[in-house]
Amino acid sequence: MDNENTPSTAARRQFFADTARMACGVGLLGLGVGLYARHARALPPAAIRPPGALAEADFSAACIRCGMCVRDCPFNILHLAKPEEPLSTGTPYFVARQLPCEMCEDIPCVKACPTGALDHSLKDINKAKMGLAVLVDHETCLNFLGLRCDICYRVCPVIDKAITLDPQTNTRTGKHTLFIPVVHSDQCTGCGKCEKACPTEVASIKVFPLTMAKGQLSAHYRLGWVEKEKAGGSLVAPDAAHQYNMPEGMKYEHGKGLSPMPVQPPGVSAAPAPAPAPANGLPKALQGNKL
Amino acid sequence: MSANSKQLLQPGAEAVITKGWLGAHRWLILRRSSQIGILLLFLVGPWFGWWIVKGNLSFSHTLNILPLTDPYIILQSLLAGHVSDKMALTGVLIVTVFYLLVGGRSFCSWVCPVNLLTDAAYWLRVRLGIKGSAHISRQTRYWILGMTLVAAAVTGSIVWEMVNPVSMMHRGLFFGFGLAWAVLLAVWLFDLFVMRHGWCGHLCPVGAFYSLIGKWSLTRIRLPLRTACNDCMDCFAVCPEPQVIRPALKAIGGTPPLILEANCTNCGRCIDVCSKDVFVFGTRFNHSVATVAGVSQVTPK
Ligand code: SF4
Ligand code: SF4
Ligand code: SF4
Ligand code: SF4
Repeated sequence: MDNENTPSTAARRQFFADTARMACGVGLLGLGVGLYARHARALPPAAIRPPGALAEADFSAACIRCGMCVRDCPFNILHLAKPEEPLSTGTPYFVARQLPCEMCEDIPCVKACPTGALDHSLKDINKAKMGLAVLVDHETCLNFLGLRCDICYRVCPVIDKAITLDPQTNTRTGKHTLFIPVVHSDQCTGCGKCEKACPTEVASIKVFPLTMAKGQLSAHYRLGWVEKEKAGGSLVAPDAAHQYNMPEGMKYEHGKGLSPMPVQPPGVSAAPAPAPAPANGLPKALQGNKL
Repeated sequence: MSANSKQLLQPGAEAVITKGWLGAHRWLILRRSSQIGILLLFLVGPWFGWWIVKGNLSFSHTLNILPLTDPYIILQSLLAGHVSDKMALTGVLIVTVFYLLVGGRSFCSWVCPVNLLTDAAYWLRVRLGIKGSAHISRQTRYWILGMTLVAAAVTGSIVWEMVNPVSMMHRGLFFGFGLAWAVLLAVWLFDLFVMRHGWCGHLCPVGAFYSLIGKWSLTRIRLPLRTACNDCMDCFAVCPEPQVIRPALKAIGGTPPLILEANCTNCGRCIDVCSKDVFVFGTRFNHSVATVAGVSQVTPK
């Protein structure tokens, strides 16, 4: 085995050993960085990307962390993530409760982006989808409690479209109306002005990244009433006229409930004259419009 | 202290005697001015609202006309699956052409902020007399460079930017450090205690990337007076990549009097410390040598 000890063999062996060591070390480093990066793939709930940001997976490939968007935002709402923050280091975001997006008409942040991480095809700020507002706490929202706060509704730049106030009966008082703020995802830009303005100690309405805030129906779901409207009529079978088995002399109308039949001229029918039939004399199930 | 050990501690002492202090620190002073000046250009924006330059080393916009983009990060972005807009790509073109002219790793010695840090670590290392140094091949940086590119392609995101100390330092200075200082401290301590020229000379993939541009770059260190070398070894002592000097200085394998090695950072420190004026800046096409008397001639090919 003299051969093994010649300098060239030893050197070659050393070379392979060194290379293997280096490859392993660098491979491990790569694995570490990769795993660390995986953590930051989903946005944390409070971090909202600037307008026009590509979907998160594409954004993390496109944004080069230059901060041009941060610089050109006239309201200074944007930050670049620090290494300890739970999103990709150096990428831009804002926290709505601190400073929401003012929805500049000329969208300077998007214009400043050199890479297209903020999509330049966004020309109308009202079409932005930075996130989606969600009325997170029905127990603390003042409107849910019966007050007329309405602040989120009123500060919304897309007023009366992104948030509407839907009247509902206040069953607690029995005589008032609740004006329930309802967010409409097709109109909400995710600017976060509602979250910023909500007067409860912790905001009752919050903006979340879209992936977090938006539900999705299964693909095979069809909304019967939508389909029916599209088709201009029932899709299954023509609606059959309802047949009711009524007490004699009574008729039933949808919405009205039971009522006596119009009185027939005497002698035409052998039926006994219908009783005036007070509503509460009837079985409960037949009352009102519950049928 | 014997003259010999004094010289070991202070390479360039002889040059100071022959050329004066200023003459023996010319390029060092210019280089520091460039590094600090560039930082100041970026800083006067956030400090005083004078927006001469916006952005950072990944992309910057000077006076709203000159876009400059880091080609390395755009390459990662491309591998991750995104084709950048024209603005960023224009910046890549300008930067690439610039470094093809001035030397790829000129970025390291003239622009990169981490170099100030690692140079400081080296300076202190010498003053503290720290001798031991871990051994990792200088090729490791190319492995790391490869790893960052593969990682970008595999994960579909620019993962290296999550930990890259170079952009972390630059970004941190203008946009807030957060815990980035810990990463930079780690790099500094590594260079100080663990490994001589550890980060910049062995590991940094940014430097490795720019060295690839440097393979073809125009501006090079020339050694027209290499025959005048008296083997004082001062250039080897100050060079952050001493392996690049030997072939050109000793004409190994018929190397012309030019430092053609891609990892020369064009810092010019060898020019400063050489008392025999062996080194000058020149172009890669200039093979001429001078005799001690100063008569130029071209080496036969
Ligand atoms: S739209 Fe205006 S306020 Fe909103 S992030 Fe962009 S620049 Fe800032
Ligand atoms: S301007 Fe574009 S590339 Fe630069 S940080 Fe903002 S989103 Fe990222
Ligand atoms: S601002 Fe807040 S409390 Fe007021 S209605 Fe909106 S969600 Fe409710
Ligand atoms: S090797 Fe890396 S850290 Fe060092 S000066 Fe070059 S780019 Fe900067």
